[in-house]
Amino acid sequence: MPPFDLLANAIVAGLLLGGFYAGVAAGATISFGLLDIANIAHPAFVVFGAYAAFVLSAQFQIDPLVSALVVVPSFYVAGLLVYQIYHWAFERRGDDPMRGLAFFFGLMFVGEVLLILMFGVDYRYTSANYAATTLKLGKIALPLRQLIPFLGAGAILVAAQLFLRRTFLGRAILGVAQDHTAIRLMGANPVRLKRIAFGVSLALAGAAGVLLLILEPVEPSIGRDFIGRVFAIAVLGGMGSLPGTWIAAVLLGVIENLTSIFAGASWAPAVSFGFLLLTLAVRPSGLFGR
Amino acid sequence: MKSRMGAFAHVASRTMAAVAAATLLASSAWAADPIKIGFSMAQSGPLAGSGKSALLAMKIWAEDENAKGGLLGRPVKLIYYDDQSNPANVPPIYTKLIDVDKVDLIVSGYATPIIAAALPIAMQHDMVLMGLFGLANNAKLKYDKYFGVAPIGEDPIAGVAAPFFGAADTLNPKPATVAVITPDIQFGHAVLEGVRGAAKTRGLKVVYDRTFPPSMTDFSTLVREVQAAHPDLVMIGTQPGQTINVARAIAEVGLDARLIGGGMTGLQTTDTETILGPQINGLVNFAYWLPAPKLQFPGSMAFVSKYQARAKGEGVDPIGYYVAPFAYADLQMLSEAVEATKSLEGDKLAEYLHKHTLHTIVGDVDYGPGGEWAKPRQFLIQFQNVKSKDPSQFMGTDHLVVVAPPDLKSGDLVTPFSKARP
Repeated sequence: MPPFDLLANAIVAGLLLGGFYAGVAAGATISFGLLDIANIAHPAFVVFGAYAAFVLSAQFQIDPLVSALVVVPSFYVAGLLVYQIYHWAFERRGDDPMRGLAFFFGLMFVGEVLLILMFGVDYRYTSANYAATTLKLGKIALPLRQLIPFLGAGAILVAAQLFLRRTFLGRAILGVAQDHTAIRLMGANPVRLKRIAFGVSLALAGAAGVLLLILEPVEPSIGRDFIGRVFAIAVLGGMGSLPGTWIAAVLLGVIENLTSIFAGASWAPAVSFGFLLLTLAVRPSGLFGR
Repeated sequence: MKSRMGAFAHVASRTMAAVAAATLLASSAWAADPIKIGFSMAQSGPLAGSGKSALLAMKIWAEDENAKGGLLGRPVKLIYYDDQSNPANVPPIYTKLIDVDKVDLIVSGYATPIIAAALPIAMQHDMVLMGLFGLANNAKLKYDKYFGVAPIGEDPIAGVAAPFFGAADTLNPKPATVAVITPDIQFGHAVLEGVRGAAKTRGLKVVYDRTFPPSMTDFSTLVREVQAAHPDLVMIGTQPGQTINVARAIAEVGLDARLIGGGMTGLQTTDTETILGPQINGLVNFAYWLPAPKLQFPGSMAFVSKYQARAKGEGVDPIGYYVAPFAYADLQMLSEAVEATKSLEGDKLAEYLHKHTLHTIVGDVDYGPGGEWAKPRQFLIQFQNVKSKDPSQFMGTDHLVVVAPPDLKSGDLVTPFSKARP
């Protein structure tokens, strides 16, 4: 049996990392789960958010956390524009969703190339001192570079959940997700609602990007590492359920770390995705799907 | 009639002059046809940091070569495409280079997986392939026209761990246990094999040797597992992004051992060094070249000056001690064979490369029968007294102390690891 402090630290590390991944997946849950838009570029937008925070930090000495005040609204506006293009070029014409997928693939690669042209391929990082500080709680280590993204991601999910459940606009967006035609019959404009929801989705990506910069150095192609995990979390959580997204992400984080201890880290992705398949076999709509 | 004949003669002479001029132009155009050297190089993706550095070095070589009058009296032209650090992109790139661009010579892109994907194409076309920083690429294929450009030696599996264990052999008392941290990819398995072999030879017990998936980013649990095994030595063989995350996890967990590091790719580049700053102290790592007095060869410092003058403007690694000198040497060796044999044929070039000592900015090179350097020349450095994230600390050898082998040593190894930490 592994020592207690190794197990306890593994569970805490899984919680912290899983919590952060929930923040990364929150926007994908909205676009993929609620709006039926296969925004495969979501992790790339998270990386753009990290670079935006890096620029504000390097050029204007703004702390990455404070930079979220600029990054999040900017990404909301960018989301409105991206959705408008997507709607005009694909959704409006009822084109095959695969073409929309190609659009987002294209955005991802073009974005990556633009980042390379603008910043080169070197790793970029935050110089905030707290990123190198580790708190100790007895034998449990809490590196701030992991704790802050965990807490920040939690805040992102709570804010998004409150927006969707407690505001008129949020409930209207949930209505679009449930029945597009009924919303139209009630006099609402589903395209406008989806545009706003997609804006929120990218705003969440921007916020997650700020947290990513605190968690680890970034380079233009780092978003590729997240694609599988982000969509696995969105599906496991229940396609559109933000609490489900958090629980799914944390479960995967903890399972991966425990697998690492008992069987070796190389088994962790296989066990995680095996868990995903098993869950979907029992509950095809995911943990919290309807 | 006379005037008509005169007019005819005039036209004929002008026509002949025009034909002669055209022939001359054509022949001079043929003489000026460039020798095309084709390759893929990572300009995006995780290998791009070193790929861009290598490309700049190769451009400098082409400029130097053309300034000297070119190769076989013909200008040199580099034709390259971004492989995006993805081996799957490599075969179509080389097929295009050979079939469409009609290149005369090929060299590889940067690192083991990219070379592995290019090697079958070179074999299919019977062309010489210079492999830039590959690990054991030719160990099983035994292709007689493959030439590795890294000072690892003819037994690359043993070579990968040799500098680390060379330093471990100097420890007193002798270490008894070793742990390995390495990814589940070809490179990682070579590291693993190298460590197991070295451990067996020395009677060391391997107490941790589980690999990790290449996409892994959080290493705190894995480093704790290693800590729980209490090894004397921790050999780490990682790729650039992993190197940063493993080094951070070591600092956060507080891992200690008598020797930690060894095969951390990326620690040779300025961006990784500055990201880690003081967290880099105590780590030991392999190195192939540094501007240490015993490693300065004809042309090496002139190249480094030229490279550093351009690197910042081109957005590549500003110091360039790692892959850049070898990327330049890569083309130096190939061009030396071309000039000596007056040929672009694979057979002749390979024969020359196998039989002669080649003169490069990273020293003289002799190839063994397996296409790797006959005499390995890796060494181990330890990061010492790094105070901040200022990149200038990583220029020169003040903070990059050569600790093994003894004939290249520039300072003493600080051990255990914790003693070298701030």
